[in-house]
Amino acid sequence: MAMSMELKDVTVKRRGKAILGPIDLNLGATGITMVIGPNGAGKTTLLKVLHGVERVSDGTIDWAQPADIARQGQAYVFQSPIMLRRTVRQNLAYPLQLVGVSKSEIETRVTAWAERIGLGDALDRPAPRISGGEKQKLALGRALIRDPDVLFLDEPCANLDGRSILDIEALLLEAHASGTRIIMTTHDLAQCRRLASEVVFLLNGRIHEQGDAMGFFANPKTVEAQSFLKGDILL
Amino acid sequence: MNEIWAGILSAFRLIFALDADLVEITLRSLQVSLTALIIASLIALPFGTWIAIRRFRYRRATIATLNALMGLPPVVVGLIVYLLLSRSGPFGVLGLLFTPTAMIIAQVIIITPLIASITHQAMRDLWAEYHDLLISLNTTNRQRIITLIWDGRRALLTAALAGFGRAIGEVGAIMIVGGNIDHATRVLTTAIALETGKGDFELALGLGFVLIALALAVNFAIHALTKTEREGRW
Ligand SMILES: Nc1ncnc2c1ncn2[C@@H]1O[C@H](COP(=O)(O)OP(=O)(O)OP(=O)(O)O)[C@@H](O)[C@H]1O
Ligand SMILES: [Mg+2]
Repeated sequence: MAMSMELKDVTVKRRGKAILGPIDLNLGATGITMVIGPNGAGKTTLLKVLHGVERVSDGTIDWAQPADIARQGQAYVFQSPIMLRRTVRQNLAYPLQLVGVSKSEIETRVTAWAERIGLGDALDRPAPRISGGEKQKLALGRALIRDPDVLFLDEPCANLDGRSILDIEALLLEAHASGTRIIMTTHDLAQCRRLASEVVFLLNGRIHEQGDAMGFFANPKTVEAQSFLKGDILL
Repeated sequence: MNEIWAGILSAFRLIFALDADLVEITLRSLQVSLTALIIASLIALPFGTWIAIRRFRYRRATIATLNALMGLPPVVVGLIVYLLLSRSGPFGVLGLLFTPTAMIIAQVIIITPLIASITHQAMRDLWAEYHDLLISLNTTNRQRIITLIWDGRRALLTAALAGFGRAIGEVGAIMIVGGNIDHATRVLTTAIALETGKGDFELALGLGFVLIALALAVNFAIHALTKTEREGRW
């Protein structure tokens, strides 16, 4: 069951400088939220704060349940995929082993997910040796295999070709349809239009706009969002 | 020249005839160095892993000390262990001087910093790579350490082998604390030194070949391990 998340007055500082915030953010229990903004806006930092793995200098985060229980139901796909130095099969199995799923159940789920991410033939290859795009798919499969309540994705489609992007979007929509709350970042505005139910627009560590996707694209309220959508380079 | 050839030939004859002295000395060498290796590994592998993933107050100082200890001349280690174990020393009552145990103690002191240091480097890199994922997956401390040790097992084995190589070839420290006593504390390196001094090149060369074979085996093993690591074969 997905949970709502609430940030109050959250600031992340590194070396005395605020790289995120202060921000307030309320995320409902359903939908696909897209976090967009230029490089260095703080998208990755925001996602990690929401996941509870980023040290916060100020403010509070509320998951409507204790932090570690909330994290147990969350999965995170990192901007650059982290591969365990094991086979594709063992990478998929790892999150399940951690929570003590039975061997036969692991076997079934791993085989099924390998097929879904198009790595059915690569199960016994060492994960660090597969291609960049395959790593991204594997990271997604490994995140979804525990059927998370909330899924965070940091640029899951960067460097992928059209075919792979559609494959991944299909998996995301499927997960969403079966009740997974999705919060992701992207640089691809077309993808944002295709998937988002809600948009959070970040600039210089601050939330400039948050609202439902239709409204955001039809009628962006801030000047910055308007020029970002036009493709202007924001400084 | 002929003499040397004759020496090499009789050395091989000793090896293939499983000469009693040669076998005894080889087995003692292995026994001492393998025991030292096991003890040193039990200390160094967890310790090296621990300082790689744990932030604590004197971490930098600990690592610097470790590296300094690695450069400790074995002869000096031998001298210190000798003083500690000698009759008037603090542990004199144990009567360990000139026993295999004394040699094991000296070797443990010599190779523990080496194994810990190699372990630390390998585990630090692996932890940097895995950190975000393991935190994100909400792993317990235990699960983290098991994952790191398992995925870093080749590097750990390499560290252990390097320690064994250093232990088996070491002569200064064990000569001092072991005393090179026949049928008691004589090992490959000290026997070679003695036989060479006596002019008995047959046995010295025979023992030398055994030592070389052991050292080569260790080096091949390390090479094979680092190669599979680099090529990412599992
Ligand atoms: N550990 C850190 N120390 C100092 N500055 C940091 C640190 N981590 C991130 N930053 C800075 O914080 C800002 C936000 O970083 P973040 O990674 O969240 O941006 P982003 O929106 O994800 O960018 P991108 O689109 O390039 O992925 C950047 O200016 C970055 O340089
Ligand atoms: Mg980022």
